[in-house]
Order: sequence, then structure tokens, then C-alpha cells
Amino acid sequence: MAAFGIATGGSNWFSALALGVTLLKCLLIPTYHSTDFEVHRNWLAITHSLPISQWYYEATSEWTLDYPPFFAWFEYALSHVAKYFDQEMLNVRNLNYSSSRTLLFQRFSVIFTDALFVYAVHECCKCIDGKKAGKELTEKPKFILSVLLLWNFGLLIVDHIHFQYNGFLSGLMLLSIARFFQKRHMEGAFLFAVLLHFKHIYLYVAPAYGVYLLRSYCFTANKQDGSIRWNSFSFVRLISLGLIVFLVSALSLGPFLALNQLPQVFSRLFPFKRGLCHAYWAPNFWALYSALDKVLSVIGLELKLLDPNKIPKASMTSGLVQQFQHTVLPSVTPLATFICTLIAMLPSVFCLWCKPQGPRGFLRCLILCALSSFMFGWHVHEKAILLAVLPMSLLSVGKAVDASIFLILTTTGHYSLFPLLFTAPELPIKIILMLLFTIYSISSLKTLFRKEKPLFNWMETFYLLGLGPLEVFCEFVFPFTSWNLKYPFIPLLLTSVYCAVGITYAWLKLYVSVLTDPPVGKTKKQ
Amino acid sequence: MEKWYLMTAAVLLGLTVRWTVSLNSYSGAGKPPMFGDYEAQRHWQEITFNLPIKQWYFNSSDNNLQYWGLDYPPLTAYHSFLCAYVAKFINPDWIALHTSRGYESQAHKLFMRATVLIADLLIYIPAVVLYCCCLKEISTKKKIATALCILLYPGLILIDYGHFQYNSVSLGFALWGILGVSYDWDLLGSLAFCLAINYKQMELYHSLPFFCFLLGKCFKKGLKGKGLVLLIKLACTVVASFILCWLPFFTEREQTLQVLRRLFPVDRGLFEDKVANIWCSFSVFFKIRDILPHHIQIMISFCFTFLSLLPACIKLTLHPSPKGFRFTLVSCALSFFLFSFQVHEKSILLVSLPVCLVLSEIPFMSTWFLLVSTFSMLPLLLKDELLMPSVVTVMAFFIACATSFSIFEKTSEEELQLKCFSTSVRKYFTCFTFLPRIIQHLFLTSVITMILLTTMTVTLDPPQKLPDLFAVLVCFVSCLHFLFFLVYFTIIIMWDSKTGRSQKKIS
Repeated sequence: MAAFGIATGGSNWFSALALGVTLLKCLLIPTYHSTDFEVHRNWLAITHSLPISQWYYEATSEWTLDYPPFFAWFEYALSHVAKYFDQEMLNVRNLNYSSSRTLLFQRFSVIFTDALFVYAVHECCKCIDGKKAGKELTEKPKFILSVLLLWNFGLLIVDHIHFQYNGFLSGLMLLSIARFFQKRHMEGAFLFAVLLHFKHIYLYVAPAYGVYLLRSYCFTANKQDGSIRWNSFSFVRLISLGLIVFLVSALSLGPFLALNQLPQVFSRLFPFKRGLCHAYWAPNFWALYSALDKVLSVIGLELKLLDPNKIPKASMTSGLVQQFQHTVLPSVTPLATFICTLIAMLPSVFCLWCKPQGPRGFLRCLILCALSSFMFGWHVHEKAILLAVLPMSLLSVGKAVDASIFLILTTTGHYSLFPLLFTAPELPIKIILMLLFTIYSISSLKTLFRKEKPLFNWMETFYLLGLGPLEVFCEFVFPFTSWNLKYPFIPLLLTSVYCAVGITYAWLKLYVSVLTDPPVGKTKKQ
Repeated sequence: MEKWYLMTAAVLLGLTVRWTVSLNSYSGAGKPPMFGDYEAQRHWQEITFNLPIKQWYFNSSDNNLQYWGLDYPPLTAYHSFLCAYVAKFINPDWIALHTSRGYESQAHKLFMRATVLIADLLIYIPAVVLYCCCLKEISTKKKIATALCILLYPGLILIDYGHFQYNSVSLGFALWGILGVSYDWDLLGSLAFCLAINYKQMELYHSLPFFCFLLGKCFKKGLKGKGLVLLIKLACTVVASFILCWLPFFTEREQTLQVLRRLFPVDRGLFEDKVANIWCSFSVFFKIRDILPHHIQIMISFCFTFLSLLPACIKLTLHPSPKGFRFTLVSCALSFFLFSFQVHEKSILLVSLPVCLVLSEIPFMSTWFLLVSTFSMLPLLLKDELLMPSVVTVMAFFIACATSFSIFEKTSEEELQLKCFSTSVRKYFTCFTFLPRIIQHLFLTSVITMILLTTMTVTLDPPQKLPDLFAVLVCFVSCLHFLFFLVYFTIIIMWDSKTGRSQKKIS
């Protein structure tokens, strides 16, 4: 009986939390799914029915394979389970095929692979020690952290409603971070190399990994004042790291190199033909830039400073991925965004090199890299904010400043995901889940840091509260006004600009806190 | 309350589960000509909106009573009217007379589901939260855990948001009644309970404990002084609220009689479909429905019901206490479910509500009962294609109960509230110490049986000669469970005050 009790989670709160959220994911199976569902079905079909040499050439569907080879192999493995559910979904020509068994299989594949995420969260909770607070279970940092990660609103709606496989990919990232905390650097590096070959968006955080491993792993000792001791460099470590990365890459890209297809693979992975912004503007710097451009062009037209005939017709909000010309401000090229991203990342990487603060410093640098790329990247998806939100959760239970940044970042970032779900039956779900996560995260972190100064100043409180009226206006008021037909893009524009302000603010605040943070040695003396 | 945010989280979780379940299919989806309860509710909106109030309960060319005629009390009719009024604003087609029969669309489903959620949000959920906040002698954490478990109870969610009914309204009113009466707001409590009865006549299952508890209170205050005043006040409240609800139907004698005939269709037989009560289980061996004449069936069921609930009710009248009241509610409702005339499988929800209320007192047994109660509706849930949400919500509920009450560590005699009973039995049989262990083993066996039966029902095809084999088995097994629970609860009630006395002696 006792064994039965333990097996079902008699007092084991972690398994209860994990099982609970898994069951919630099962309940979300019948919800709306986006075209990404068809994307992954198509990839299942491609990898299952075609030889490797055709994987990156096949173009029957418009959703061509544009993830790195490991992900293709992952789909290949899945397809061998899928054939027991419904053979028809594995046919390349069966476009938009969606039987109930296909749905079940695809949804369950996400839910099952999330097991890796759960394991990663478990590992993270073991090695992150947050602020010591009350004795009660619900006030322990580990409990709060596992809720923040396992029940993350963004992951839930992006993976289990919208449909994607971010769960196990984020799991890999969290696991590699946890390994760094546990001083198992080689393993962490290996996991990250694998992750890169699953989804190349993680290249954005690669600088943090590279610099951290070079500075804190390859150099085995520091001087008294924390600066680098050049003669402590370990070539063995560097070579073994290089070997790991090389082997993983060889395993992934080798077959395509042998087939002489590497250029084709890379042209699929990095489609610079797409526009600066996604259909819905991700709330980043370019959203603010484009909004400013739009405002200026309207003002220009009003004041007759611009010639209406010279204005390009393509509107940024028309919904398709396309090239876009700015009217007043200079148009942005991929190279420009690339340079901006690099410049934005540079200080954080520099800081990681000069003031190494162990894994915690690495984590901050990683988040800053993720955020900088989100701010200035080319064709950024709003979903990419999860890249910063999840690692930020690890920091949030440690210090009050981080908690405050985390809350602003998550709340605005999650709110900016709202336009992903635009169908009526999902409206209550997204609102309720968002409320659930936001209320829980704010209140629990406030309880954790109740003895310190309040987490938000009046401006931040005001900004966060503003999200409520914004939602009411966008979803409940605007559709019933006469502007709905003439300017249908206004809710999206407002959401993206409003959220862009919050995310930019969180990014700047985090940057300031990282750059002004005293090095470890000094804090210890205090 | 410092941890209000956890309570909010519990409520929001309950809401999430409710809405996600509601995305699934409903009863009679796409099954003409009769459809199911969903169409019944929509049809009532059509009838109440288009016909004058005098014709609601009468058969006519516009109101074919054979096609989901209104057979619930007036409050349900008014509620339907209100919903229809909103529906007309959104899309008049939904409630057009005659032409809207069997209307189905995504938008309409959304509307109907939303009406259930709103009713739930206004009546049932606040009552649950308030009830848990008012619980005595337990920590804040336990209060929140109790609220979470009650809100996650799968039976009610699946029937209201899956199958489609408005049970949360009647149960919510009943819960407000229980709250009022338990905390000495007797008049408001009885008003709420009258509303519950006037929403769904099945709430009569709860009426005897209410009556006995209030009567007992009056006796306690002395029938010559304050007690009499209270009794008169209560009587006036009840009569007034009934008159208010029934006002339009009291204008003519025939109207009242017709409504009553619709509410209590005595000619519909001892039971319908497959119900986990005595009569249905018994008729596996002996076809009572066909052999015995109608009026004898009524007599037998009345006698059995009356006898089984008599002891608990007498006890409650003599020693009225909120705790005894809750347990008597359970045993009375269970007696009605097991023995009374014309029982539906969904009526088990009326037993589940009071069991939910004693969740914090006897977590092990309540969880077990609530699991069985959901299991007993399996044939219905399968018919509505609700297998997936059922399994998921049951597991979620079980995990919630198991983690928040650690139920497996609470199986001692004391925790099961069987201490006095065992002590008194031990006077005759000294070796009577194995009860908790037996109960643990019973629980394991029962869970395994339920899992096995569910798997069999889902995966195997029944033999051709016995197409209802699994449904009957489910009912039979559940019925055995319910009998066991009836005995258990009666024992708790009958041996209760002795605990009180012995504790007083000790102190």
C-alpha cells in the first residue's frame, strides 16, 4: 500500500506537478492547431517515404523541411511509430491530411517527448538554490521554480495548442545548463551541440556557450582579482571540446556532405528571402521601428510631405511572409540586422569573459544573447521569446531584481503570444491559463521576496496592468467597432508595439543589472 | 487570507479543466432524430421563448411533449428563457420555432457551453470557495487543497461540460443552502435550497436531511419559545419562495397539476437505461419491471427507501449538528439513489456533492466514493464519446486528492472515523482489529476491477447474445460499491455522537 502511495505521488509534489500538467496537455488535444501541424506531418511523410538524398529537395508541399538533420532524423524515428496509427499521414502527396488518429499521434508525440523537458526541470531544480524563505512547501524556491517551468504558459500554448516541439528542445537546453551547474561541462557541451543540430535557432545563444566554455573551462584558474591567468590554459580540454562538437556535426551533416548537398541544406536552413518581420510583428526593436515608420508616413501624407503614388503598396500587416519596404525610414537589410544583433550581444559576451561569475554569469549572458537576437534578429517569430523566458525562470528565484525582470519579461512575452490563438473556443483557455500563470508567478515570487523592497515600481505596475485593458480592447471592443473593416491590423499592431516596449525595457534592465553587478570576489567579501 | 493567490489558482485550474472538457463532443451530437440532452436544453429555449408561459408544459401542435418536452420545474424554464433571450441577440435561427429542431453548429456549441460556464461561475464555484474558506479546524493549505479537489471532481465536469446539463446550478443552490443552514443563516439557507428544488426536482433527495436538521434545531431551541418562532419563519420562507417560483402556474388548477405530472412521471417505470441501483442490478437475475405490477413496484421502492434512511434522519433530528447534517445528506441521497423509483445514472451527482463536502474529514473514503461514482457513469460517457476527457480528469482528480491529503497514510480506524464502531464491536469479538486492512485491500481490488472493466468495455466487443454485458457489469459492480458505502456512512452516523460523548468524558 505504501509503495502504491509513493508510486502515485503520495507526498511527491514534483511528480504530482509533472503528471498534472501532462494531463492538462492531454485535455488540450482537441483544441485548434495551426499550420505547423501540417508542417510536421509533411516532414513525417518526407522522412518516412523518401531517401535521405531527397529530404532537403522535396517541395511538393510549401512547408519544406527547414530544420537541421537531427530534427529530420527525429521525425524519421517518429514516423516509424506513426505508421501504426495511420499509414495515410505518411504520404507526401496527402496535403493537409488530418484524421483523428493523426491528430492523436501528433499530439501525443509532443506530450511524450516532453518527458525530456520534465527530466531537465528536475535536474535544474536540484542544482539551482534560490533564496531561502519560509518552511512551507509552496514557499520553497524549488517548488516555485518547477511550477514556473513545468506549467509555463508559453510552452503550453505554443506546443500543445499551436503545435510545435519546443518542449524537448528547451529540455535539452535546460539540461545542458544544469550540467554546467553540476560542473559536468563536457556533457553540457555535447547536449548543446546536439541541440544545435535539432534546431538552429539556438545558434543565437551559441556565443554564450562558446565564451563560457573557453573562459571558465579551458582556463582552469584565475588570478586573485578574478582576471584571467593565461598560463592555466588546458589544451586537452579545448581539444576534447572541439572533438565533441566536430563529431556531433559530422554525424549530423556528414551524410549530406557525402551527397554533396550541403549548400542546399544551408539554403533551406537560412531562408533570407523571407521578410524582416513575421506576419505578425514579433514585439522587438523592428516592430517599434516599423510602427514609427508607419506613423511618420501617415503624418507625412497628412502634411502632404510625401507623394502617395510613391508609397509601396505592400503593407506589413497583410499576413504573408514577404519583402517589405519602409516608407520614411531606411529599409533594413539582413546584414544590418545581423550587425545590430552582434553589437547588442557583444557587451554581455565581453562581460562573461572579463568578470566570470560561474554558471550563473553564463546563464545571464545566455539570456542576454537570446534577448538581443530577439530584439534585432531577422524574421523573428514571437515564439522565440521562450528562448529567453525559460532560462530566465532559473534566475528568477535567486534575486529580487531578477525576479522583477523575469515577471515583466514573461508577462509581456506571454501576452505577445496571444495572437497565435485567434479562434473563439480557445479564447477562454488562453485567458484563463495566462491569468493562472501570471497570478501564480507574481504572487509566489512576491511571497518569496516579501522581506525586500517591492518587485515593481509604480511605472512597471501601471504598464503590466495596462495589458488588461489592451486585451479587452483588442478582443472584445475593437471587433464591434466600424474600424474593424477599414483597419483590421490595429489590434495586432497595438499588441506588438505595447509588448515591444515591455520587452525592450526588460532587456535594458537586465543589461544594466549585469553590467553593474560587482564581480564574485567583492560580493563574497561583503 | 495570505494565500489567496493559491485559491485563485485552484479556481482557475478548475475553470481550465471545465473549458477544455467542453471542447469535446456532447450527448446526441449529430444523431437525429432525437439527438440528446444538448438538444433538449436547446429545445427548451425554443419553447420558452416562442410560446406563452401557459403552454410550456402542455402538449400542442407547437409543443410536442414527446420530443424533449419540458419536464423540469419552473426555474429551469425561466433559465432557458433567459438563455434564449441572449441567443436571439446572437442568432435568431438558434431558437426559431420548429425550424431550429436539431440545430447544430460550432458557434451554437460555443454559446451553449458558455451558458453552462457562466451559470457555474455564478452559482456553484463561489459556493465551493466559500464553503472551503469556512471549514473549521484545518490549515489554509488544506482549505485550498479541498477546494481544488472539489472543483476537479470529474463526474460533475463531465456531465455538465461533456454530456451537457446544468447540474452545477441545482447543486450550487443546494450547496448555498447547506452553507446557510450550517452557519445559522437558516432562512437564507432554506431559500437557497427551495431554489435548488425548483430548478431540479431531483434535489428532493436532499430535502429530508434539510427538514430534519432544521426541525432538530427548532426542537433544540424549545418548541414553545424561540424554536416555534424559527419554525414559523422557516415555513413562511419555504412557502413564499415556492409561490414566487410557481406564480404563473398557480393561476389555474389544471396548470399546476400538469406541471406536477410532467415533473413526476410515475408511469415511466422503476428505472431507465442502466443505473447502478438495486433495482437495475437485481433485474439481472429477476425481471422485476415485467413481473411485478406497477403500483407494487412503487410501494416496494418507497418502503425500501424510507426504511434505509429512517435511522439517519431520526438521529439527525434528535442531535442536529452540521457534521451530522453533512453525513446524513450523503446517506439519504445514497438511499434515494439505490432504492427509489425512476432513477437516472446522473443522479449519483446528488450523492457526490455531499461526499465532496466531507472530503477533508474522511479523505480516503470520499476519494474512493467519488472515483466509483464517476466510474458508474461509464456507459453514458462512452456513448457521448467522452472516453479521453473522462480518463484524464479522473486521473487528475485522483492525483490531486492523493497528493493533497496523502490518502494512503490515512487508513487507520481513527481516520476512517470507525473508532467507536470498532470499539463497540470489540466488546463482543475481541479480535476485531482487521477492519482498516480489509478496507485497504477492498480499495485496491476495487480500483483494479474498475480499471479492468473500463479497459474491457473500451477494447472488447461484447458477445452477440449479450450486447449490454459490460454496461450491466459496470452497473452491478458500482451498485455493490454503493451498498457498501451506504452501510459505511450509516455506521459513521449512528456511532457518531458516542465519539463526542467519549471525548467529553476524557476531557
